[in-house]
Amino acid sequence: MPQLTYRKALNEAFAEEIERDENVVLIGEEIAEYNGAYKVTEGLHARFGDRRVMDTPISEAGFCGLGIGASMLGIRPVIELMFWSFSYVAFDQLFNNAATVRYMSGGLLNVPIVVRGPANGGTNVGATHSHTPENFAAYTPGLKVVCPATAYDAKGLMKTAIRDNDPVFVMENTLLYGQKWEVPEEEYLIPLGKADVKREGSDVSLIAHGRCAITCLEAAEKLKEEHDIDAEVLDLRSIRPLDQDAILETVRKTNRAVLVEENKPFCGTAAQIAALIQEHAFDHLDAPVKRVSALDAPQIYSKPLEDEMIPNVRRIIKAVQEIT
Amino acid sequence: MATIIDMPKLSDTMTTGTLVKWLKKEGDTVSIGDMLAEVETDKATMELESFEEGVLLKRLVSDGSDIPVGAPVAAIGEKGESFDESSLKRKGDAKPTGEDKADDKEDGEKEADREQQDATKKSSEPSDEKKPAQEGKPAKRETVSEEDTESASGERIRISPLARRLARENGVPLEGVKGSGPGGRIVKADIEAVLQQGAPAAAQSTTGAPTAAVTGGQIAEEKDIPVSNMRGTIARRLLESKTQIPHYYLETEVDVGHLLETRAAINASLKDLPPEKGGAKLSVNDFIMKACAEALRRVPSVNASWEGDKIKQHPAAHVSFAVAIEEGLITPVIFDAHVKTLRQISAETKDLANKAKNKKLKPEQFTGGTFCVSNLGMFGIDRFSAIINPPNAAILAVGGTRKVPVVTEDDDFAIGHRMALTLSCDHRVVDGAMGAEFLAALRDLLETPALMLV
Repeated sequence: MPQLTYRKALNEAFAEEIERDENVVLIGEEIAEYNGAYKVTEGLHARFGDRRVMDTPISEAGFCGLGIGASMLGIRPVIELMFWSFSYVAFDQLFNNAATVRYMSGGLLNVPIVVRGPANGGTNVGATHSHTPENFAAYTPGLKVVCPATAYDAKGLMKTAIRDNDPVFVMENTLLYGQKWEVPEEEYLIPLGKADVKREGSDVSLIAHGRCAITCLEAAEKLKEEHDIDAEVLDLRSIRPLDQDAILETVRKTNRAVLVEENKPFCGTAAQIAALIQEHAFDHLDAPVKRVSALDAPQIYSKPLEDEMIPNVRRIIKAVQEIT
Repeated sequence: MATIIDMPKLSDTMTTGTLVKWLKKEGDTVSIGDMLAEVETDKATMELESFEEGVLLKRLVSDGSDIPVGAPVAAIGEKGESFDESSLKRKGDAKPTGEDKADDKEDGEKEADREQQDATKKSSEPSDEKKPAQEGKPAKRETVSEEDTESASGERIRISPLARRLARENGVPLEGVKGSGPGGRIVKADIEAVLQQGAPAAAQSTTGAPTAAVTGGQIAEEKDIPVSNMRGTIARRLLESKTQIPHYYLETEVDVGHLLETRAAINASLKDLPPEKGGAKLSVNDFIMKACAEALRRVPSVNASWEGDKIKQHPAAHVSFAVAIEEGLITPVIFDAHVKTLRQISAETKDLANKAKNKKLKPEQFTGGTFCVSNLGMFGIDRFSAIINPPNAAILAVGGTRKVPVVTEDDDFAIGHRMALTLSCDHRVVDGAMGAEFLAALRDLLETPALMLV
């Protein structure tokens, strides 16, 4: 099976969907002629032209609103945000309009948009460029939220997101764009709301999404080698819909859960999952549910400090050891 | 301000306790860890330990009274402090004893409800009893009754939800289970370890043991004797056993000539030695216990329990034996008797019987048996049949050794030694042929005691 970067896998997803459906268009800042700030849309403008891959002014509220309006008339825009941090400029369009139009119109209008871009820290870009708003989005009824961890997942989930008739927010990660995973040549789709056991284990469940799932896999190897602890890694893949069954199944299997996320801890995604576990699997818990989140502070600019701020292998191992 | 000491829940099935005897007088100084009183539960007599320090201001109940769990028994405060009993009104709904003995489980729930109401009421009342210093202290935790997470002494046990569920499902008493988790928390692995050792597989097993009580003495004056907790438990459980278990009985007679010779030979060499040099004095009953364990190993189907929709096969022979004590009787357990030597069995039996007589047995020492032996031989009984001690599937009733004339192989008369054994079986678990097989194995072992050496 060929090895593809996360970036290239996304690029293939866009090309395949543009070819499959004439209504699919890509819009965003510098995605066309400049090939994208992170080169995710590289070559697509040259291949599909102005009508399918379009540069926009630097105005998130404007082009997100444009995409939402177009989607109500049948277009399927895939809107790139250079960073998800910039969604805050378009907060009303994305979290108020896009999320509620179907409800407010009594089901007469759908908003089949995909809003995508990187949402991560760890790259020393400062507090205003490092937000991870998957919890805001998942909090909002009407929005779907996807956080792929691998190239394979990114491609399969993106294609499903484009075909979904509701707004789907896909949060990528700049640190993953260059990483390679096996991606099959034949077409495949990954349903939303289906978590993936990325590593089988029996002693503790590491539950994560996005890049944290990859960090958990590294931690799991180290736990096995150095501490003889056999960790299972469950990658949520989408936060909403959330695969509750998979979460409960792994907890019932290992009886211990460590929730790992790049969200800040206060009202972060893991808070919701912890509540879910205690409600439905209380009698299966052999230890308190542990959380490894980003530190509760604005993103730290200093690189060495930021590396400690977001979950890393050392912090995950420490949390596991505290409950095993 | 006075702290009220409530009747703690000292066993998993306890709903009331009898305050047998006060060990402190009003006005006595009390330190944490002091024994305030002796309390008889449905299972054992235990000491009521103080988790407070100060002066015993008031005994709220007298010697011999029955107190529901959670009801106040004493007030402890500072020296010279006066105590107003009317401040106890909130406890007015704690029922007097007697009426809630019917069903342990239901009672437990009722108790919990009542206590919850109590707790709610307390929190909404700005009463003087609700003082911060009291909160979080073990003795007071009784009011929020978490029966599974408290030890008999009322201390909170740290245990994971999963381990608690496993313990409850398998009837593992939490007393004495050592927690290996962070901060000493009992976790799944600890309960599994207990289960693997084959310890108490059934906490519902009990005190109530199946032989008739030994009586004696003269015709007495007419009087009403209050039913003690132990007597109540014996009554309830044996009635359940005799009415719900389809008993049948198998009898055999065993030639114990060789056994008596073997015993005499062993005792001749060991009985005058001090224990540290290997001294021991074996009783006939020790041999019977040993033989039962070995026979259970050979015919394990008898070492089982009826559980309604399934029969539980026990992995180890935990052989209990009935001990007559003043108030009734109790059945301490020799755990894992199948792997113990005669010497170990003998020593443990003596120790447990002594503890039983002094009412010092801990609950885990008299629950969890998988088979029971009742021996009335020493009381001159030739043969009798016993009532099964649930959840066991069988019980062995042992009569005394008798000298009898026997006809030898060459048609002569000789003096033989015979002992009658009666096996009571639960027909739901043990069919006649299986019971007979067990009894035959037992007879072989007792008639050829050398087999017990191997």
